[in-house]
Amino acid sequence: MASDVKPRVKVPKTASAGDTITIKTLISHKMESGQRKDSDGNPIPRSIINRFTADFNGQNVIDVKLEPAISTNPYFQFEAIVPESGEFTFTWYDDDGSVYDMKKKIEVS
Amino acid sequence: MQLTRRTMLTLSTAGIAATAMGALPAFASPTDDEIAKLTGGAELGEGAITLTAPEIAENGNTVPIEVSAPGAASIALFADGNPVPNVATFTFGPLSASRSASTRIRLARTQNVVAIAQMEDGSFQKASANVKVTIGGCGG
Repeated sequence: MASDVKPRVKVPKTASAGDTITIKTLISHKMESGQRKDSDGNPIPRSIINRFTADFNGQNVIDVKLEPAISTNPYFQFEAIVPESGEFTFTWYDDDGSVYDMKKKIEVS
Repeated sequence: MQLTRRTMLTLSTAGIAATAMGALPAFASPTDDEIAKLTGGAELGEGAITLTAPEIAENGNTVPIEVSAPGAASIALFADGNPVPNVATFTFGPLSASRSASTRIRLARTQNVVAIAQMEDGSFQKASANVKVTIGGCGG
């Protein structure tokens, strides 16, 4: 699973200090719910992203706990305040122990 | 006391009614249980939280949901017709602007989506929306 997971994030490149910006994130993941059965009737084990966090310069923006009811390719849109120039860190935690992360810089004038 | 047919009927009806009353709490849905676990039975206010969901979702596999509750510390989402009612919990940090988030969720069938926000003062707010699902999202 870990091979075809690709995070994508949309963050504006510039903003004014104290501005509210909208962030969109998406990660390709099949989010196997654990409810489905394969063609032989055996349950397919659960394999999902169970946590997503976004931080800016070490301060938390949002921390999401995901359950199997989140759709395939989990998508989140939320808003953040940017007090100064810096870097966003987005982290996804997989059931299998993998951690995917992505960093995005933003210039604040 | 002489047992006539009439008294028998009254007695048995009363008995059935009493049993039904007594058994009601046991019928509380898993969603209510989860909400009670989260809130500790606290009273749920309404109005300070908005839940935006489509009235009709053609495909239960991806239903766009948006929640917004200014002043919330966290928002939990539940779907009362899913095999597992919990959907997601958003916890907002100090740099979160408007306490809102959107995502896409799976709904097994037509049901209510419930959002519970825990406000910064410790109180709780509730909003719910009924979503009609044409094709369920559980891959039966």
